[in-house]
Amino acid sequence: MSLRAPLGSVLGLGTAKDGTSHWWGQRVSAIALLFLGLWFAFSLTTTDFSHAEVIAEIARPINNILLLLLTATIAYHSYLGIQVVVEDYVHASGIKVLALILSRFAHIALATAAVFALLKIGLGA
Amino acid sequence: MSNTERPLSPHLSVYRWPITMTLSILHRVTGVALSLGFVVFVAWLFAAASGAESYAVLLGAMQSTIGRLLLIGCSFAFFFHLSNGVRHLFWDTGRGLAMRQANASAWFVLFASAVSTAGFWMMLS
Repeated sequence: MSLRAPLGSVLGLGTAKDGTSHWWGQRVSAIALLFLGLWFAFSLTTTDFSHAEVIAEIARPINNILLLLLTATIAYHSYLGIQVVVEDYVHASGIKVLALILSRFAHIALATAAVFALLKIGLGA
Repeated sequence: MSNTERPLSPHLSVYRWPITMTLSILHRVTGVALSLGFVVFVAWLFAAASGAESYAVLLGAMQSTIGRLLLIGCSFAFFFHLSNGVRHLFWDTGRGLAMRQANASAWFVLFASAVSTAGFWMMLS
């Protein structure tokens, strides 16, 4: 006796093979953040935080690109983490779905605002 | 249909609190804290892009006593989540999971994140 669903055996495609995508996404973004995060922390120790110097540093192409990557990776990694926390502690399905949608909106909005700011400084607008 | 006669598993409070449990909880707490830190990061970039005046307002808030305390907390959360994240990645390879090793790496992570946080603030000056 097969435990496969009728549609599954007709299509013969097996699983979608994305059951571990959340786990992998978290690990791969963690490895990226290990390097990007340490770079950012080190960069902070070499600036005096005056507006002129911060703008000049962010405008440098290498810093700007790394900050864009850092922003995108943080948003992705943070969304995955908050998703797990919500799924673990929020049990009412309506509130859970609402919290997950709000979290996604917030992460995308924050990332977009950061990208806008970085491009504005980087392109000297 | 619940069978109240069946034996119950010992409650959590029966066990001596292990250090690994503290780190597991701290990993989650610092993760959520860093998600909030992401908001500060975006605000910092946005203020810098908006001009010297708005940047001065944000820098003033960051250099206040409460601001500094929050940033110190944020930096500890960063170094803790980073070092404990490496511990998790190491575990993912199937190594270091024995009780003695997990306890030792827990203390090492606490030590490393405290030293990194202190070193970071000394370098910032």
